Parts: sequence; C-alpha cells; structure tokens
Amino acid sequence: MTEIFGVPTQALFGQLLIGLINGSFYALLSLGLAVIFGLLNIINFSHGAQYMMGAFAAYFLLNKLGLNYWWALVLAPLTVGASGMLVERLMLSRLYKLDHLYGLLLTFGLALIIQGIFRHEFGSAGLPYSMPEQLTGGMNLGFMFLPKYRGWVIVASLAVCVATWFVIERTKLGAYLRAATENPTIVQAFGVNVPRMITLTYGFGVGLAGLAGVMAAPIYQVNPLMGADTIIVVFAVVVIGGMGSIMGAIVTGFGLGLVEGLTKVFYPEASNTVIFVIMALVLMVRPQGLFGSR
Amino acid sequence: MAAPDQYQPHASRDDAAEARYHRRAFLVMMVLFIGAPFVVYPVFVMKALCFALFACAFNLLLGFGGLLSFGHAMFLGMAGYAAAHAAKVWGLPPELAILAGSAASTVLGVVVGLLAIRRQGIYFAMITLALAQMVFFFCLQAPFTGGEDGIQSVPRGRFLGFLDLSNTMVLYYVVLAIFTAGFLLIYRIIHSPFGQVLKAIRENEPRAISLGYRTERYKLAAFVLSAGLAGLAGATKALVFQLASLTDVHWSMSGEVVLMTLLGGMGTIFGPVVGAFAIITMENYLAELGSWFTITQGAIFVVCVLAFRRGIIGELEAWLRKRRGG
Repeated sequence: MTEIFGVPTQALFGQLLIGLINGSFYALLSLGLAVIFGLLNIINFSHGAQYMMGAFAAYFLLNKLGLNYWWALVLAPLTVGASGMLVERLMLSRLYKLDHLYGLLLTFGLALIIQGIFRHEFGSAGLPYSMPEQLTGGMNLGFMFLPKYRGWVIVASLAVCVATWFVIERTKLGAYLRAATENPTIVQAFGVNVPRMITLTYGFGVGLAGLAGVMAAPIYQVNPLMGADTIIVVFAVVVIGGMGSIMGAIVTGFGLGLVEGLTKVFYPEASNTVIFVIMALVLMVRPQGLFGSR
Repeated sequence: MAAPDQYQPHASRDDAAEARYHRRAFLVMMVLFIGAPFVVYPVFVMKALCFALFACAFNLLLGFGGLLSFGHAMFLGMAGYAAAHAAKVWGLPPELAILAGSAASTVLGVVVGLLAIRRQGIYFAMITLALAQMVFFFCLQAPFTGGEDGIQSVPRGRFLGFLDLSNTMVLYYVVLAIFTAGFLLIYRIIHSPFGQVLKAIRENEPRAISLGYRTERYKLAAFVLSAGLAGLAGATKALVFQLASLTDVHWSMSGEVVLMTLLGGMGTIFGPVVGAFAIITMENYLAELGSWFTITQGAIFVVCVLAFRRGIIGELEAWLRKRRGG
C-alpha cells in the first residue's frame, strides 16, 4: 500500500473526501448566511434549524407522501424557504429599524423553538433516510473508491454555489440586489419593491439551508439537533471568510472542510477545534476576514 | 446594545432620585434574600443566586458596554472546573478554590477578549460563540475535566477555616455574601468614571475615540471584568452543587444568560437578578418536561424581542418614571 507522510493513501483520500463533503455543507450554509446578511444585515441564527427542517421535509415527503429524493430536492427547499418568508414577514420585518443584534436574538429564539418541537416529536435519535437508488454504489477511481452519492453532493453543491454567484454578480436581478444592499432607499425610489426583495432574499437564503438539509439526509441521519452544532462551525467559517463576498463564502467553506479532513488524518484530537483555531489566527492577522473588506 | 429609553441624559436631581430608588430596591432585595431560606428550599435559592451573579456580570458587558457575548458559558464553566479541581485534587480551602476559579476565567477572558474586540456587533457575538465552542471541545477532551462525567463530589470544606460549608444554612449565607459582594462591585463599576466611558462607547464609539479615549482598552477591561465575575459565579456554583460539568460550558448556557438578562431588563441594575430568578423558577417546574423547557425559552426570546425589549425591570422603571413625571 502506498503511503504519504506515513499515512496510507486510501485513508488520506478517504478523509479528504469526507472533508470535501463537510465543506460542501459549510459552503452552502455560509453562502445562505452571506446572502441574508448582505441585504438584511442580520445573522440568521435559525439557519441550522432550517437546515434540519430541510432534512425532515425530505423524510416526510418520502415516508408520508411517497415522493422520492429528486422530488424532495425541489419541494423541501421551497417549503423551508416559504416558512422562512413567513417568519420574515411576521417577525423579522419589525426589527429592521432596531439594533441588528435583536435579529440575532430573535432567530436564536426561533431556533430553540423549532429544535425543541422536533425533539419533542421525534426524540434525539436519528431517523434513517435511504439513498436514492440511482446513486447507490460507487466507482473506482484507481487511487480511491468514490461512493456515487458523495461525488454527487460535491458536484451538486458546487453547481448551486456557482449558479448563486452568477445570479448575484452577473445578472440584472443580482444588480438590483447589490444596489439594495448598498442603498435601499434610493433603489426603492427607482421603483423597485425593496421589502418584497428582502422577503424573497431571506426565503432564498433559508431555501439554500433547506437544500443542504436534503442533501445531508442520506449521509448523516435525520436528527432534530443536526444543525445545532453545525451552525456554530459555519459562523466560524463566515468570520474567517468575511461576509463581504459571495465567492469568499464558497471558497472558505470548501477550503475549511478540506483542512478539517486533513486534521482528522494527521492529528485527530484537534479535528473538532481546528476551524476555531484558524478563526483565532485569522482574527489576529486579518480581522476583517480573508475575503472581507472594511 | 442598549435597552431603549436609557438614552436621555439625567439631570442631577434625577440622579439623586435614582440613587435613592436603587438604595431602596437594594434593601428590599437583601431582606428578601436573608429571609428566603426559611421559606424556600435553600439550594434552589443558592442556584438562583449564582445565576443572578452570572447574569449581572453578563449585563455589565451587554447592558453597559454594548457588547453581546454569545459565549459567556465558557467563563462560568471554566471557573467551575478550575475551582472543583483546586478543591478536590489540590485540596485547597473553598475561598482559595473560588479565587482560583475566578482567576482562571479572568485569564481566559483576557485571551478571548483580545481576539473578540477586534470585531464589533454581530461579528463579536459570532466570535465569542465560536471560541466558547472551542473551549467546550477542550473541556470534553482534556483529561482533568473528567469528560462526560465532569468533576464530581467536590469537597466544600470550611470557608476561611471556621465556616463549615456542609451545613446548608452556613453555605447559604456564604453564597449570599459572595453574591452581594459581586453585585455591589458591579454597581460600583457601572457608576464609576470607567462605567461612564463605557456607556459613552456604547452610545457612540467614533465620538468616544475622537474625544481621545482608547476604546479598545475600555472594552477589553469590561470584557475581562465580566469574565472574572462570571467565573466567580461559576466557581461558587461548583462548590454549591459539588459538581463541575459540561452543561455549564455548553452554548445553551450562553443562550440562557442572554435570556435572563433580556427578560429581566438589560442595562438595568436589578433586571438580571429578576430575570435569573424567573428563568430558574421556570426551569424548576418545566425541567421534567424536557424539550418543552427549550420551546418555552425560545418563545420568551421571541416575545421579549418583538414586544418587551425593556424587560421586566425596564418596563417597571419606565412606568415609575412616567408616574413621577406626571
């Protein structure tokens, strides 16, 4: 068996793959956070709970309505996104004139409610969600064995991230969005319905979290608390990348997933904390984040 | 972040009235606490007192410094571990164990503070949360914390060599003395020139900088003071329950102290005490219902943010002021 730095290549690539998978979810979640933060100026603390709702939506669609994974991939993000828009209209929209920290507190409270309800109904044990049959099995790449579903998650999330980047940075709609981020009053004066745009943006960001949840369902179990710890790591990812740029969120998400995977190979004890250590280092050297601007 | 309606400058006549009101409220509070163990189960009141001190320390940072830390559990929990370790493994007397705990959280406060004050607002909250999560994993893996079991059956010993803490009543009044000392220290800090500068930074940091204040030093000092006092609460709590565990380092504990302060009234002197007693009482009744406690906590957060931002004491003060003003 070949080895690199005393580590079997199979194990190394295996952990790198897991790192890339985690990175896919970090990227999707921090992308949603960045999009929401850009326009609403709030940090969506319920993002982890909404990610969990995406996974549960997929579970319900399969077990109650008999709709398979591919349907869930479309319907779950729409459902979760719609619930997000309801939250924005009913609650968040009342807080825009206040200190932005109130938005953080409100969404934290919502996360507690959502996670509490799901835990009350389904307990803390995970529910299994089977892989779509088209993506079971795997292929041999010569240097490693790649399970098809994992390859699909990486490709799909990369595609979604790039598409989001394209829409925001290269289309007319995205131009409106960026303009409203800069100065909502003037954009409104030009006849753009900014409040509706804010609602849709929040819905879109939350929908991304829901999509991540559907993709995570076959890999991790469907668990009421699956988003609770993940969201804290994603916060660290966001601090490292800086929330100024969409591409920054994507690159940092995938990059840190890889770093975490590598740490599991070379120094497993630190794999839980490596991202927080990197955050501390970045704060010392470049407080605004790798891609952030002051 | 400040409670609304705290902004208007007070004339000196109002200051005197406010000091009088604080003195009266303090006396009422002390009478209640001194009599409490004869009416209510003392261990319950001690628990609430520890959390009240914790919330007051947190409020010093949020209500008067305008800095929302979402990781204050790390100071409560770390001090608990340090005090429990000092008392059980090193065999230190309780007063030194509590000092060791507070010292540990103060040092942690310096390190975390230096990193976190580099960013403001929302970022500050996220950074403290992430660093607290790092401390959580450290406590989970480090050998001296006992992992999932925590440090159990911590000896209480004799406070200052002659107060036998195995007697619940003696323990109660020692805890009350520690709470009162911490509470008065925080009151003193808030009403000192240092506290006034903190409020100025909270209201308008660029202006404070233009007046020549090195705001980051004030913010760091406030952060370290808050961390040390939170540690005092955590160390005391570890001796009361003879236990230091992962619960006190977990992020949900950080959320709980935010909730206590928000519910009681941030930026008020007595709000955190009222909030802590309210939440601990609620926990007492809802604990066996498990996830319902979480749901209720979340609901209180939502209601407070949407409709009740001044909190219990803040609303009460506003009502009193309106009545006095006619």
